[in-house]
Amino acid sequence: MKVTVRLFAAPREALGTGTVEQELPSGSTLQDLLDALLERFPTLRPYAPVCHFALNRCHTTCDPELHDGDEVALIPPVGGG
Amino acid sequence: MDGKAKLFEVTTRALSVDEVVGRLSDPANGAVIAFVGVVRNETDGRKVLYLEYEAYPEMAEPTLQQIGDEIRQRWKTVREVTIVHRVGRLDIGETSVVIAISAAHRSEVFDAVRYAIDRLKEIVPIWKKEVWTDGSEWRSEHA
Repeated sequence: MKVTVRLFAAPREALGTGTVEQELPSGSTLQDLLDALLERFPTLRPYAPVCHFALNRCHTTCDPELHDGDEVALIPPVGGG
Repeated sequence: MDGKAKLFEVTTRALSVDEVVGRLSDPANGAVIAFVGVVRNETDGRKVLYLEYEAYPEMAEPTLQQIGDEIRQRWKTVREVTIVHRVGRLDIGETSVVIAISAAHRSEVFDAVRYAIDRLKEIVPIWKKEVWTDGSEWRSEHA
């Protein structure tokens, strides 16, 4: 299956793009995705500990199973206003 | 604008306080209080050249709406809430965000406006990069 990963702010700049596609074995969870991403893009490693995750545009604090076509966003500490 | 303007919006267009306040149209409003966020020329003593705001718009607009819902639950007398945030490059003195809240009377609206801007900075997926003469940084009060 394939999921879309959205990146913003510092991790987006570090990677040089705001969107990447990631192939995963079916049954993979959010943590599996994170492991695969950090393996593929070591430049993201410093950001992972401070980021939250959103699955299909909702915050998630657990480790849900992912499905083909899901959109996962890496949410670094926000700071609008 | 086609029909009713959005009450919760992320936009790249320059913001007009009058236009945003005008989105509150309930004739029962007796008071509207607006908060206007403006780009400042320094942070912690460093001279700011400009700011770059970035959003996750598909999530930011529903989160702004959520803040509006929270406000109407906490302050039953509040009638309308609108929050419009600009993204992209903003120069010193430009408006980054306008929050306008209305009620029949003024008393409770002040607290609601303060809640709205505090909550926005805390939960809405919008990021701010400060660009100084000697560098730049993505800033958050919630790191």
